[in-house]
Amino acid sequence: MGCSCQDEQNLLDEKNGLLNNVITAYKGQAGSLVAVLQDAQGIYGYLPQSVMRLVGKELGIKPAKIYGVATFYTQFRLAPVGKYLIMLCQGTACHVNGAERIQTAICQELKIKPGETTDDGFFTLDTVACLGCCSLAPVMMVNGQAYGPLTPDGAVKIIKNVYQKEMQSGGEVQ
Amino acid sequence: MKIRIGFGSCGIAAGALDVMESVKQEISERSLDLEVQITGCVGMCHNEPLLDVIDEGKVYTYGKVTSEMVKTIFEQHIQGNQFVTEYLVSTPEQPNDFLSGQVRVALRSCGIINPEKIEDYLVQGGYEGLRRAVLELTPDEIITCVRESGLRGRGGAGFPTWFKWQAALQNKSDVKYVVCNADEGDPGAFMDRSLLEGDPHSVLEGMAIAGRAIGANTGIIYVRAEYPLAIKRLEISIEQSRERKLLGKGILDSSFDFNILIKKGAGAFVCGEETALIASLEGERGMPRLKPPFPAQSGYWGRPTNINNVETYANVPWIISYGSEEFNRMGTEKSKGTKVFALAGKIAKGGLVEVPMGITLRDVIFKLGGGIKDGRRFKAVQMGGPSGGCIPEELLDTPVDYDSITQTGAIMGSGGMVVMDETTCMVDVARFFLDFTRKESCGKCVQCRIGTKRMLEILERICSGEGQEGDIELLEKIAVKVKEGSLCGLGQSAPNPVLTTIRYFRDEYEAHIRDKKCPAKECKSLITYRIDQDRCRGCGRCARKCPVGCISGEKKKPHVIDPEQCIKCGTCLDVCPPKNQAVVVE
Repeated sequence: MGCSCQDEQNLLDEKNGLLNNVITAYKGQAGSLVAVLQDAQGIYGYLPQSVMRLVGKELGIKPAKIYGVATFYTQFRLAPVGKYLIMLCQGTACHVNGAERIQTAICQELKIKPGETTDDGFFTLDTVACLGCCSLAPVMMVNGQAYGPLTPDGAVKIIKNVYQKEMQSGGEVQ
Repeated sequence: MKIRIGFGSCGIAAGALDVMESVKQEISERSLDLEVQITGCVGMCHNEPLLDVIDEGKVYTYGKVTSEMVKTIFEQHIQGNQFVTEYLVSTPEQPNDFLSGQVRVALRSCGIINPEKIEDYLVQGGYEGLRRAVLELTPDEIITCVRESGLRGRGGAGFPTWFKWQAALQNKSDVKYVVCNADEGDPGAFMDRSLLEGDPHSVLEGMAIAGRAIGANTGIIYVRAEYPLAIKRLEISIEQSRERKLLGKGILDSSFDFNILIKKGAGAFVCGEETALIASLEGERGMPRLKPPFPAQSGYWGRPTNINNVETYANVPWIISYGSEEFNRMGTEKSKGTKVFALAGKIAKGGLVEVPMGITLRDVIFKLGGGIKDGRRFKAVQMGGPSGGCIPEELLDTPVDYDSITQTGAIMGSGGMVVMDETTCMVDVARFFLDFTRKESCGKCVQCRIGTKRMLEILERICSGEGQEGDIELLEKIAVKVKEGSLCGLGQSAPNPVLTTIRYFRDEYEAHIRDKKCPAKECKSLITYRIDQDRCRGCGRCARKCPVGCISGEKKKPHVIDPEQCIKCGTCLDVCPPKNQAVVVE
């Protein structure tokens, strides 16, 4: 894996203590790689290369294997996310109830594609296989809060509201 | 008198937190001494948020509750003894059709008890099955009871539960494991989530009974990380059971020890397959391996392991408590008991239903689910998710049991039922599922990895109007190869959505390929939007709302869509006043 940039290094230093606690808690427990990566992502919001390398070193696992596991599961991200993570459900019920039109509307509003983050770092748009709230289809989740049933207009309004609240409260990107 | 509010994920998403807030406020403002209880999902998701007023054991349910409605309910019902009839969705005198047509075994306590209080579960007869299993029955007797009940796995394949238990019991080892598969990855299914959120103890009890039967002391729940509420309630329940010696060391003061751990799945559909799930538990990429050896012989860390689904475990305590005969009495000859279904899609009343096996699809969809919403016509019901298929109208009288559903080309699956109407394009549905399985294929078997990709490419070109003669036959040919050449259930069943839609809706495929038309008017490349010049009143709503500004026209004069610029988003159709209906899709 390539070198990590300075910003990433600073971030790592800040949260290093938390990561060390996680590693200590799982050290010696066979088969805990997925759990360690989940907790690591909980700390950093994503899995920086330097973190994967550190986990590998501490647990005695080759970086290639960690990368293999991290890229296998959809939960793991290798890039930072915005302050607000929009997860747009692509389940069957949402699909037949017009999830694609919701996606088009959100993409137009934020000017990003699924998987991307807005330039100001506020929003990341992601699609998920199913959120399990099928009776509210079509559904999206913004930072863990589910909204549905959506219309293209309604979805855009929800995002605008989040943005407005952010602006009023100073709009600091974490 | 007490108040009960539905606090499942869907209830919370629909606004249950606000309802709770308003209820607390009303109680304090009116200085009332009233108990407020939370509960899991009762299944009427289409009426969430739900609020029950319980008076001397009688339950009056209000649906789609808002803060304003809470005020009225307090004024009229709670303090005035007058029902607010316009908001009532179910009463003891007039139970809602959605609920009265059900028989609840797995969901017996969902929507009734507070899932975060073990006392509530105990009042319902909870842990009586475990008590019997630990203090009165031998492992062989437990397995005999499960065998005689006829219980089959509720996760999809319908394998007899007792058979797995027997195999795990017979394989001698000092360490064995019981695993609960709660990795509900099937899009359109949410039975397991509701069960874990609404009645977590029933699953824990079922696992402990399985542990006692096969001789395991450790249980592991492999649950989706996307289900945070289910995880939280499981953690609470495990703690409570430990405190009461219903889990942990020396259960009920016997020599039987059983602990349960939670492991969070990281999002991979293939991990629903037993051997892939075990690989994932061991911290590896979740890739399936060849069977045998079966998990009952060599599973988690090479030890005998029994894996069942959430709903299967939830049935077990009931069977042990009430006896195999009671369970066996329900259902058909080969499919016993009940099955939980998640009704979603274009259905009028979506939600969770539990019905005896053998009831027809028509009864589930039309009697319980209230038919199709917006007065449209039924086209198909999709069962079994990406491994299943679409069942057409002419087969609606098929009884719901493992074998009859399999004959249609679909599978029972874990219980997702997504209903489709005349506006759903069946080629697009097949494309949707192939897109899913192509992404979720772990890549181990060539036929699955490349076959699903090739099938998806063909379906994409058909949907975009570039289908060729022979495409249908080519799809069928690749489908056979993918089924034959795949190691696990994912690949073996991935072509099912394509094969069933070709079997029952071949005319739609042909319309796409030959006439370049999408009969359901869903495939964007094959439709155009036009404004009927006689009907348009020139209100300008569509022009204002069009995201690409391709609609023009003078005020109060008919407008026109520029077909070159149109992105076919359908916004104009949505905003055109119903009395005009000027936007036409062709």
